[in-house]
Amino acid sequence: MSAPVIFDRSREEIEEEANGDVFDIEIGVSDPEKVGDGMNAYMAYRVTTKTSLSMFSKSEFSVKRRFSDFLGLHSKLASKYLHVGYIVPPAPEKSIVGMTKVKVGKEDSSSTEFVEKRRAALERYLQRTVKHPTLLQDPDLRQFLESSELPRAVNTQALSGAGILRMVNKAADAVNKMTIKMNESDAWFEEKQQQFENLDQQLRKLHASVEALVCHRKELSANTAAFAKSAAMLGNSEDHTALSRALSQLAEVEEKIDQLHQEQAFADFYMFSELLSDYIRLIAAVKGVFDHRMKCWQKWEDAQITLLKKRETEAKMMVANKPDKIQQAKNEIREWEAKVQQGERDFEQISKTIRKEVGRFEKERVKDFKTVIIKYLESLVQTQQQLIKYWEAFLPEAKAIA
Amino acid sequence: MEGRQAGKESKPSSVSVDLQGDSSLQVEISDAVSERDKVKFTVQTKSCLPHFTQLEFSVVRQHEEFIWLHDAYVENEEYAGLIIPPAPPRPDFEASREKLQKLGEGDSSITREEFAKMKQELEAEYLAIFKKTVAMHEVFLQRLAAHPTLRRDHNFFVFLEYGQDLSVRGKNRKELLGGYLRNIVKSADEALITRMSGLKEVDDFFEHERTFLLEYHTRIRDACLRADRVMYSHKCLADDYIPISAALNSLGVQEVNQLKMSFLKLAEFFERLRKLEGRVASDEDLKLSDMLRYYMRDSQAAKDLLYRRLRALADYENANKALDKARTRNREVRTAESHQQRCCQRFERLSDSAKQELMDFKSRRVISFRKNLIELAELELKHAKASTLLLWNTLLTLKGEP
Repeated sequence: MSAPVIFDRSREEIEEEANGDVFDIEIGVSDPEKVGDGMNAYMAYRVTTKTSLSMFSKSEFSVKRRFSDFLGLHSKLASKYLHVGYIVPPAPEKSIVGMTKVKVGKEDSSSTEFVEKRRAALERYLQRTVKHPTLLQDPDLRQFLESSELPRAVNTQALSGAGILRMVNKAADAVNKMTIKMNESDAWFEEKQQQFENLDQQLRKLHASVEALVCHRKELSANTAAFAKSAAMLGNSEDHTALSRALSQLAEVEEKIDQLHQEQAFADFYMFSELLSDYIRLIAAVKGVFDHRMKCWQKWEDAQITLLKKRETEAKMMVANKPDKIQQAKNEIREWEAKVQQGERDFEQISKTIRKEVGRFEKERVKDFKTVIIKYLESLVQTQQQLIKYWEAFLPEAKAIA
Repeated sequence: MEGRQAGKESKPSSVSVDLQGDSSLQVEISDAVSERDKVKFTVQTKSCLPHFTQLEFSVVRQHEEFIWLHDAYVENEEYAGLIIPPAPPRPDFEASREKLQKLGEGDSSITREEFAKMKQELEAEYLAIFKKTVAMHEVFLQRLAAHPTLRRDHNFFVFLEYGQDLSVRGKNRKELLGGYLRNIVKSADEALITRMSGLKEVDDFFEHERTFLLEYHTRIRDACLRADRVMYSHKCLADDYIPISAALNSLGVQEVNQLKMSFLKLAEFFERLRKLEGRVASDEDLKLSDMLRYYMRDSQAAKDLLYRRLRALADYENANKALDKARTRNREVRTAESHQQRCCQRFERLSDSAKQELMDFKSRRVISFRKNLIELAELELKHAKASTLLLWNTLLTLKGEP
């Protein structure tokens, strides 16, 4: 069983893109393959790109990548774009436990599940990244998608999605500890930050509840399977022929229903739960971007303070009549005036970028959620329709007991 | 917590009692009240039989008095050849009360609405347990009233008519002891019935019944336990929808964009789904779990009948041996002869009546399974169709938005 493709788009859909941008690129991550043995083993994934964009030399191509390659890509993009206000989608989390099981060759369902979960997460990660018009232009991204050989990303410890977020969070903490009472001239930023904070809280709550749902649905499946077996046994014991037959049929129905529950649990997880956990991490990236703006403001503010000090120094030197020191002071003043100007420009730039980014992010978020909600409800419909089929087939069997 | 039982329609009954068109003795539990640690049942009788002084009368009975009645039947030699209807289980609100208490001590992280819904669920659960215990006690009496021999028992009349309480309460220690003794006797019976004692069965019919019942009882017990677990999982699932709906509602309230409508609609959807899922759980409980549980007990009662018959056969064989011995020694031959004759007659009487009882057991079982399986399938269909409709409507609303 593979995770549902939530970013499946038909040609028509792509052409109907609202504001006329031709977003025409599709990424698939597939065919997980174990390479090597023992603790040095790793999973290689096939990354396939289908596109009609002219920046790519071919319209369809694929490469093999391993997990650390994805982390490497993310770290490069994060280091280039996060601090200037771009919301860089976070990479999937590392998992020591999950990966170890795979490495030591445990061929059980939990490691298959783990690999599938990771594959789906990597696919969603790339899809989100290429959807970002600025990131799409990045040469590192292109290299990742196109080149057959990629230099091995070293020291991915610090480069994991979690690592980046930790860096972002540390920066945020540092900022908070400086007790920046930033003179927020723009209420929009404060409002948005609050909104994202609330959204984060609510999404976490919802995510926890959905995780409980997935767990209980899996239990229901297991219990249904156990009941099916005991119903079959009971049917075997029953010495009234027609009733025995009906009980066997009941056992078969329950077995099929167990299968349904498993598929539904799948949908619960991959559509609902994973969407929420993706957005919880995305919002962390958004918060990080806001914090970078604060840092940027602080830098500008510090430059202004330093400039003031330099002017004071100049005045002091003028009074003390030390011509060479005066010249030095004048030089420093020029230097810091330039820094203040740069600081202001940077701050305005990051503010502008963030506004645009947040607008784009919100649009994506609305589309994402709406699409997934509909797909999820459709999965529920499918389950119910199957249930109807199974019980309708069983009813005459029950009536036939004479 | 108090509960009241009112009206026939509200009683769930997975076991139907066929009165065979005889309305000369009608018994029902017309009312019941649950107090701190006991339930008081109002047993109403309508009868034109000469044993009673009135045509219609009621008494109040507690669980222990039902047990007293059951034990009186079991201990009565006259009924040794009959299947004694299984005693109703003790009313057990412990788990439900604990849950309500835990909710009261509660968790400050849940909203007032969530709390209200959870309380509602637990109260409904309490009420369902209450209704079930009433139904179990009622069915016990109704089977007695329907049985041509059992209905004429003097203790039964006393139970139905005697206005004062029967002073059989507070015999807990005796009951416990009685329980231990019963278990010891039972193991001896098990040995008998599983042929460890080398007793030779003379009748094919009973040989078949013995093999059948042993296996059947074990398997139906298994099926019952597993059906309980399925029902429990369904309930957990339904309960999971409460926090999900609440979180979605909070999300919807906070949103400023098009997702507002989506989240609020989805919250409403999960609330409705919860009710449907809850109904699925309770219907499975009634039509499947309860039915299996009842026939588990009834098949035990049938096994008890077989034990009694085998004991009679053992007595008969021993009497034969004693007679042979007496004849060889030519001592007390007449006593031995009359003892042997009595044993023979008793054994034959038991065998005849047991045969009829076991055939009735089979037809009762088949009728009940048929009825419940049909009703189960019909209810499952009803709920699946309602869920599908709900899903279609929700999807229509969500897709219809810009």
